[in-house]
Amino acid sequence: MYKVLAKEMLNPTVVRLTIEAPDVARSAQPGQFVILRVDENGERVPLTVADYDAKTGSVSIIFQIVGTETELLSRKEAGDYILDFVGPLGRPSNTEGIKKVAVVGGGVGGAIAYPVAKKLHQQGAEVHIIAGFRSADLVILEKEFAEISSIFRLMTDDGTAGEKGLVTDALAALIEEGHQYDEVIAIGPIVMMKFVSLLTKKHGIKTTVSMNPIMVDGTGMCGGCRLTVGGETKFACVDGPEFDGHLVDFDGLMKRNSMYRKVEQEHLCNLMEEGK
Amino acid sequence: MANMQPNKTPMPELDAALRIQNFEEVALGYTPEEAKAEAERCLNCKHKPCVNGCPVGVPIPEFITKIKEGDALGAAETILSMNMLPAICGRVCPQESQCEQVCVRGIKGEPVAIGRLERFAADALREAGGAKQEQPAPNGKRVAVVGSGPSGLTCAGELARLGFSVTVYEALHKPGGVLVYGIPEFRLPKAIVAEEISALEKLGVKIRTNVVIGKSMTVDELLEEYDAVYIGSGAGLPSFLNIPGEELNGVYSANEYLTRINLMKAYTETSRTPIYRAKKVVVVGGGNVAMDAARCARRLGAEVSIVYRRTEKELPARLEEIHHAKEEGIEFAFLASPLKLEGDENGWVRSVHCQQMELSEPDASGRARPVPVEGAEFDIPADCVIIAIGNTPNPLISATTEGLETNRWGCLVLTDEDAGLTTRERVYAGGDVVTGAATVILAMGAGKTAAAAIAKQLS
Ligand SMILES: Cc1cc2nc3c(=O)[nH]c(=O)nc-3n(C[C@H](O)[C@H](O)[C@H](O)COP(=O)(O)OP(=O)(O)OC[C@H]3O[C@@H](n4cnc5c(N)ncnc54)[C@H](O)[C@@H]3O)c2cc1C
Ligand SMILES: Cc1cc2nc3c(=O)[nH]c(=O)nc-3n(C[C@H](O)[C@H](O)[C@H](O)COP(=O)(O)OP(=O)(O)OC[C@H]3O[C@@H](n4cnc5c(N)ncnc54)[C@H](O)[C@@H]3O)c2cc1C
Ligand code: SF4
Ligand code: SF4
Ligand code: FES
Repeated sequence: MYKVLAKEMLNPTVVRLTIEAPDVARSAQPGQFVILRVDENGERVPLTVADYDAKTGSVSIIFQIVGTETELLSRKEAGDYILDFVGPLGRPSNTEGIKKVAVVGGGVGGAIAYPVAKKLHQQGAEVHIIAGFRSADLVILEKEFAEISSIFRLMTDDGTAGEKGLVTDALAALIEEGHQYDEVIAIGPIVMMKFVSLLTKKHGIKTTVSMNPIMVDGTGMCGGCRLTVGGETKFACVDGPEFDGHLVDFDGLMKRNSMYRKVEQEHLCNLMEEGK
Repeated sequence: MANMQPNKTPMPELDAALRIQNFEEVALGYTPEEAKAEAERCLNCKHKPCVNGCPVGVPIPEFITKIKEGDALGAAETILSMNMLPAICGRVCPQESQCEQVCVRGIKGEPVAIGRLERFAADALREAGGAKQEQPAPNGKRVAVVGSGPSGLTCAGELARLGFSVTVYEALHKPGGVLVYGIPEFRLPKAIVAEEISALEKLGVKIRTNVVIGKSMTVDELLEEYDAVYIGSGAGLPSFLNIPGEELNGVYSANEYLTRINLMKAYTETSRTPIYRAKKVVVVGGGNVAMDAARCARRLGAEVSIVYRRTEKELPARLEEIHHAKEEGIEFAFLASPLKLEGDENGWVRSVHCQQMELSEPDASGRARPVPVEGAEFDIPADCVIIAIGNTPNPLISATTEGLETNRWGCLVLTDEDAGLTTRERVYAGGDVVTGAATVILAMGAGKTAAAAIAKQLS
């Protein structure tokens, strides 16, 4: 059992939980993830390590409530327990040799990108952050992003906060202004990562994206997380989750991730009925 | 006077039509009378050929004699002295190619049903509340075991018996390895695995789940804390066919399909892990894994075909599993090799396009290789395809442990086979991670060998 140390709602559907997990905290690095199970009947859910502190043995996760497991997880309060919590899994982000970087986050993807952006900032790299949200009420980590970046562009679809527009608009503008990035790191919805990658390919900028296929074990045992990268089959949990955005087959991944949509919706409906 | 019946005493089984509707255990086990009758078939041979056929050296005639005498618990204690997981082995050992293969009674007629008798004794002991385990006096030495499959568990149990303080690290949330995530409930009830594991815990073995060695902790970190490390991490990396269409929805590795069903219990009402309930499933492969996947799919309501490159004679699965699969209405397409998987416009698999094969003349090794029949290709419709063509060791540990050598299949290399010693000092290994995918009992044998070597080294 793993104790919930703290809980915070970052917006109405995005939650930060801090969990007591010394084994994970001791070896975690930016870009890695954990797999947790809320309770005995629960699925194994992959979530990125949003922050970690080896001294206190704690690990934070930031997640969006999208279905049954994340809904149940969001009902945990400080002092409650979750059943299983394993990690860190996956390869750490590569930060070596990066002097100037644009980090592009879409929705909760911004939270996933935050640890690597922070590490790059601490390493002395020049960090530009573009964070996109649907509207003002969904904005998260605004203060944190501003603190670690020399340029921070907040974008919303409806213009209720920051500038109105897409993250790709902001990135294109920064590139136009003449910023030369060693790398672009893009994390968010698959479509967003796809379009960022198309843009950066035109400009020949190396681009890293973080893939979130359906996972079971997270250790390379099931092959459920496989995706096609540069024509080769890769397992996201051990070969990733970060890959070269110019080589990933985004459309294939979108199809694979829809595999259980119907069943999952039924589970969630049942849960919501119970909750009433 | 020995029972000279040429055939094994039959073991009652659930009827096939009934059992494909649930995940209950198929083979029901002997009654005391049936066990006694079968035990009477054993000739109590002086030279005990059967014992040489058992990788852990179970004292077979001795335990069978106890069953003859009506002392099932005594029989179980006798087995336990050499084999700490008898209820498991009695159910899943490929006896026909081990102990029973060399049984004298097998020369004329069927061998003694050693596996069934082992199961009978182990079940009797469990029902009586289990063995009286006393924790031995600690000897002050500490050993870490990586992986809680049969190999790791056996090594841990043997060492605990000798007074070592042993901690098993397991990546998944439940201990047991393939015994819990691979082999289905209807062949090996998980409650039985849990009880045999809890017997080890009573001996003092500590099990820590949710720790991935190579990620949460490295082997080198373990070596700082422990006197020796045993790696029994299995062969968990699934092979794919590497043909077009394997990325389609509805295509599973057997590992994923079986893990969702066995570990995550996706077939139950309460589990929230989804599994696709297909109408027509094609399983590719011919081993135990393929049979298990096929029989699970059948129980989830599908029509199932097994596609295998060679003929029935070469099927590597246990005979009992093949027999059960056929009874359950599973079809076999022999001499067929998939060329590609076809999908529909939404990215779901629709059919398996196969090449017709034929067996060539046996080559130097005596094995007939399947070769394509030019121009003979055909389609099998399927809305789910399960790939069960083999597993290799996962590189997580070898990639993060300097000096730990692997061969070209990714298996750990031993420098001393008789001790299970790897290319690193104080690091031992055994089971599937060394041999590649093999059997429960060979994995246990390796765990036992290494335990003895570790004990010797550390004394
Ligand atoms: C390596 C990795 C890291 C991740 N990190 C984070 C994170 O830090 N924060 C966060 O909010 N989410 C993250 N995710 C996604 C997260 O795992 C899923 O949102 C979660 O599993 C949904 O579970 P659920 O039961 O609540 O929803 P479900 O009922 O399972 O699904 C609800 C909807 O989400 C879709 N979905 C399910 N699983 C995934 C998935 N893995 N990726 C994309 N869509 C999915 C379903 O098709 C469905 O439409 C990560 C995923 C991976 C693989
Ligand atoms: C579906 C199926 C059916 C089978 N049927 C039979 C049968 O009927 N009879 C038979 O004799 N054999 C059968 N086998 C083969 C048999 O199960 C294996 O040979 C045996 O389990 C190998 O044991 P092991 O201890 O070496 O590894 P495993 O049982 O594979 O256990 C390894 C354990 O190590 C864990 N692990 C891996 N990496 C790490 C890490 N880095 N850190 C921590 N833990 C880790 C894994 O999660 C796993 O729990 C079957 C196999 C399968 C897959
Ligand atoms: S452990 Fe397996 S091989 Fe050994 S006697 Fe028992 S059934 Fe036979
Ligand atoms: S070889 Fe067969 S008959 Fe002889 S002792 Fe062993 S089990 Fe009994
Ligand atoms: S999640 Fe199972 S192999 Fe990646």
